[in-house]
Amino acid sequence: MPLETIHKTTGKQSVAPNLWDYEEVRAGFTWDAARGELDGLPGGGLNIAHEAVDRHLIQGGGERLAVRWLGKDGTVRDFRYRDLAELTNRFANVLRGLGVEKGGRVFSLLGRIPELYIVALGTLKIGGVFSPLFSAFGPEPVRARMEIGDARVLVTTETFYRRKVASWRSELPGLRHVLLVNDPEMPLIEGTSDFTDAMAAASPEFDIVPTGAEDMALLHFTSGTTGRPKGAVHVHEAVVAHHITGKYALDLHAGDVFWCTADPGWVTGTSYGIVAPLTNGVTMIVDEADFDAERWYRILQDQGVTVWYTAPTAIRMLMKVGAEIAHKYDLSAVRFMASVGEPLNPEAVIWSQQTFGRTFHDNWWQTETGGIMIANYASMDIRPGSMGRPLPGVEAAVVERVAGGGVKPLDRPMATGELALKSGWPSMFRGYLHEDERYAKCFAGGWYLTGDLAMRDADGYFWFVGRTDDVIKSSGHLIGPFEVESALMEHPAVAEAGVIGKPDPMAGEIVKAFVALKPGHEPGEALRKELLGHARRRLGPAVAPKEIDFRTNLPRTRSGKIMRRLLKARELGLPEGDLSTLESDES
Amino acid sequence: MKPDEIRRVVLEELSNIAPETDPAGIDPGADLREALDIDSMDFLNFITALHKRLGAAIPETDYPKLFTIDDAVDYLASKRGLGRPG
Repeated sequence: MPLETIHKTTGKQSVAPNLWDYEEVRAGFTWDAARGELDGLPGGGLNIAHEAVDRHLIQGGGERLAVRWLGKDGTVRDFRYRDLAELTNRFANVLRGLGVEKGGRVFSLLGRIPELYIVALGTLKIGGVFSPLFSAFGPEPVRARMEIGDARVLVTTETFYRRKVASWRSELPGLRHVLLVNDPEMPLIEGTSDFTDAMAAASPEFDIVPTGAEDMALLHFTSGTTGRPKGAVHVHEAVVAHHITGKYALDLHAGDVFWCTADPGWVTGTSYGIVAPLTNGVTMIVDEADFDAERWYRILQDQGVTVWYTAPTAIRMLMKVGAEIAHKYDLSAVRFMASVGEPLNPEAVIWSQQTFGRTFHDNWWQTETGGIMIANYASMDIRPGSMGRPLPGVEAAVVERVAGGGVKPLDRPMATGELALKSGWPSMFRGYLHEDERYAKCFAGGWYLTGDLAMRDADGYFWFVGRTDDVIKSSGHLIGPFEVESALMEHPAVAEAGVIGKPDPMAGEIVKAFVALKPGHEPGEALRKELLGHARRRLGPAVAPKEIDFRTNLPRTRSGKIMRRLLKARELGLPEGDLSTLESDES
Repeated sequence: MKPDEIRRVVLEELSNIAPETDPAGIDPGADLREALDIDSMDFLNFITALHKRLGAAIPETDYPKLFTIDDAVDYLASKRGLGRPG
């Protein structure tokens, strides 16, 4: 082990961890018992919104604070569980009025404003499928996802609608309704309706449409190496995993003030920024603003945050700002800190121990897994740099693929192989929408193959090694190179494009593009800026490249595929590896 | 350096990062990150570029003082050696 283990002393913790002893809890765990911690719909069935909101009213918890929303401008808005129930009822009625039925797809393209949370839960109440889009996506990622996802309703703002939707709206006839969260002073855009007016006119009473455990509830988009974005389908039963992992991996207790800094446009911000804290009945903080170190410390202090879930990029930015700033604030309420998005570097774990007197607990999961699968726990010793051990109920292994399509677990400690999970946990994705073959390819011999390379040490801790494919992880967000390359290729000067993740001390990786030009175009600063602007306009800042380099041509395999791996090795000055498939080299 | 020149540099660097926008056309008192679709990595690159161009050290805790174009110009002008009438 590169760094010393951080030991946990039992009995020293102010609040006894829910998972008090890893081995013991794991041995006694069953998913049936986890299901028993939820209520189910009064008339039978299972619905995420009932578990997150309505059941607390039945249990007498309606007055508890569910969401405290902090606006960019200093506004604070509080929502009790009772308020959330009423508002989500109203939105469910709005959808009913629009003719949305069970299974109807409702998309959001919103910043972290209260309406986002109301839309998510109201959609689930009517048995609809909620699909959140990240507001830093440009028009093309937004359109591709809404097209694949068969969007029927979109809730967004006037600004986002004008910038990212209006230009192609008419080409998506299935999108019947657009609701805008508007500035009341602004006149309504044609073809849209006003969210606030619709809410005001809707009844605050609603009986949740009965949904079954296997009914589709959430659609989260993710990216692969090739092809279009993939819509990972999650069902209402996912709530079983959301709830229990919130309890075990994030150690949520009654009375906690929980802050998940992730945006609901990504899966973390939905599973743990909406569902898990609410099913666990805690108070969650939502901050509308983007990262700002002092603002964050002030929120932790002033809101008395007890459990904090954030990401490596943010932690590294806090490290850069320095420990002195952290020490200006009283962070003594914080009891448990966790991190997800990409492996948390050991230095950051050590830094957090030195700076806060407690460490970040790294955990691992994916859009496809729906919830945390491998984690460091409040009660378990931490090996800095390790993602921890599988959740109770989750079986993980390091495997290698064998001839004939099967897999073989590698039992030797620290053997590198593909991280695999025994299929069948409640929040496992049930498909990639319209792509059965792509879904089937993720499984072999009863295992879900994650696409991540990992090792397991002799004591069962897992260590991330890398990816088996070319997807890019930037600030914890998965970006498919193909989506970026396609946008660049739309520019008339571009003949070919290859996109890689370039290691970056802050973001983990940044998107870097290599382009070869068509005859008649000359590389230069002006064209570089034009291409950058072109990509940003289409893809938005979260997906567009941060760097563009020109090449005369790009290395290709015999089958004509661009060898991103080779572009990356050369960018980093690494060994070029096996070049036997290289047909034409770059110049 | 005069505030006008500082403003020119700020606008130039913003348009290097987000060439699809017209930084001179936005409200100079508005949050430039929102107005120009600039994410946190872009913002760090903006700060680095200003440091390179102007030689001004910008500690992380001062980043919020550069969230609008007007604030950034005022802040940079107040830095020693940059804002003196030249």
